[in-house]
Amino acid sequence: MTMVADRPERLEEAAVATPEFEKAAERAASRRGFLLSLPAYAYLVLFFAVPLGIVMIYSFATRNRFGGTDLSGWNLDAYRKLGEPIVRDILFRSLWLAILTTLICLVVAYPFAYFIATRTPLVRNLMLVFVMIPFWTNFLVRNYAWRVLLGNDGLFTNISEALGLGERELLFTTSAVVIGLVYGFLPFMVLPLYASIERIDLSLVEASRDLYASGFQTFRRVLLPLSMPGVIAGSILVFVPSLGAYVTPEILGGAKTTLLGSYIVTQFLTARNWPVGASLSFVLMAVMLVATLVYFRTGGRNL
Amino acid sequence: MSSTVQPRGTTKIALTAHSWLVYLFFFAPIFVLIVFSFSDDRNVGRWGGFTLEWYQDFVEHSQLQNAVWVSVRVALLSTVISVVLGTLAALALERFKFRGRKVFDALLYLPIIIPDVTMAVMMLLFFAEFFDILESVFGWDAQKGLGSITISHIAFNISFVSVVVRARLAGMSEVLEEAALDLYATRWKTFRYVTFPQIVPGVAGGALLALTLSLDDVVITQFAAGPGATTLPVFVFGLIRRGVTPLINATSVLMLTASVILVALSLAFQQFSGRGGRPSLRAARQAVSAPPTTNTQIKEGIYQ
Repeated sequence: MTMVADRPERLEEAAVATPEFEKAAERAASRRGFLLSLPAYAYLVLFFAVPLGIVMIYSFATRNRFGGTDLSGWNLDAYRKLGEPIVRDILFRSLWLAILTTLICLVVAYPFAYFIATRTPLVRNLMLVFVMIPFWTNFLVRNYAWRVLLGNDGLFTNISEALGLGERELLFTTSAVVIGLVYGFLPFMVLPLYASIERIDLSLVEASRDLYASGFQTFRRVLLPLSMPGVIAGSILVFVPSLGAYVTPEILGGAKTTLLGSYIVTQFLTARNWPVGASLSFVLMAVMLVATLVYFRTGGRNL
Repeated sequence: MSSTVQPRGTTKIALTAHSWLVYLFFFAPIFVLIVFSFSDDRNVGRWGGFTLEWYQDFVEHSQLQNAVWVSVRVALLSTVISVVLGTLAALALERFKFRGRKVFDALLYLPIIIPDVTMAVMMLLFFAEFFDILESVFGWDAQKGLGSITISHIAFNISFVSVVVRARLAGMSEVLEEAALDLYATRWKTFRYVTFPQIVPGVAGGALLALTLSLDDVVITQFAAGPGATTLPVFVFGLIRRGVTPLINATSVLMLTASVILVALSLAFQQFSGRGGRPSLRAARQAVSAPPTTNTQIKEGIYQ
């Protein structure tokens, strides 16, 4: 209560600031806080928590013969189905593509982020803004742009023909999906990497070079360990949305490249097997939560 | 500069070339899309002279126009509601300790980190059950449409708005608010004349973010929409699945323009409110400090 000493008019109040008074004030503040949060709280419980609970209930339910869902008699059948070859293949394919996307992003983004971090502040900011501009734009439109580029009569095919490489059909292949995913999520890798490299005291790099370490040794022993938080954060930020991607594989992929997201949607819209779709979306969310926890643990937040 | 930190020689050339390639990768697809939306050739990807035909098609396409209006209405309505709810939530979390605060905090983060597909499934099942109950209890035969889309958009927008406003509140000292209260201002007056003017940039940023997210969303909307009403992205998504046409090119370019205008507005607003500084750097930091997983995360940073 040091502030009160400068303001005599508050002395009277200070006099009544007994433990009971403070407790009452605390209770009042608590009530106020609760009331302020109430509208959003109620909204999220009704339109978010309840739906989440419904998905959980459905994941334990059984599909009946008419394509409907029997909610009575909970069982783990839907989760057991995840072990079946078709679903397992899709799970592994999604996992593999997400890992591949993450690795490509890492390899492409690291030198790029390092280059940005070693520029003058003005150039640096300009470069960063130009990393972000494409990502201000609509995600769907960005994926569509690749469809135009890679399409049958697209620029890519025309160029490859002109170069005498023959007609290369990239669209509707796994490569196209990976290109789309890398395009969509590359900034998620660039920005955390940049943020962590920018923080490194670069005189350490100088010291390493002064002590006759080669460029590669410096990277391997100095830069990389110090930028590890950025590497981990970036990898999670790319891996997680890649794993649950739906729009990109739908637009750029083909029938042979069904991924987890599309498979879940199919279970609801055409296959009418809601329990399996619900259990898969739950698995997807679990992966997401684990990744988020890892992210916070490794200090992603305090980078 | 004699520093060994600055890449030199072949390293520098390689790094510079690499950066240009990355930028080429970023911008070439968008550039090609814009150029070919003016091409007078039904084959997308072949230049057939300049035309505005496809844009005219867009204006005359009644279904597209319908979808545009659904999008605009959903975006505005969900933004207004989520800005109010999100700002209140941010105030509660940053300025008060209350029972259930931690649970609320966690609940508020979930819509940001949850995969789009999972949230879409949640909305589908929820509305299926919800409408059943409405029907059996009130005899009201509700249909999915504008209302259900708006409800689902508010459900994710509240969280994004509150994150942006909270960031603003967290960086703000409470001294002025305390001074106002000491000088016998009521709680409301303190909020109206002291707190609110200071968080306006945060609220505006949150609102623009909510608008953008609402206008961008495909997956969740697709599951919350009924036969009666679809938004522009969902309609376009359906068109794209049937094939590439110049009409989609034109529509895409218009959607692209809309998002760029929204971002320009938010940047201008930041400058105007004297908090511009180095938006890009702050955005970069924010991208790292915000929880992961949505493709909207970087945008969130921009609007800080």
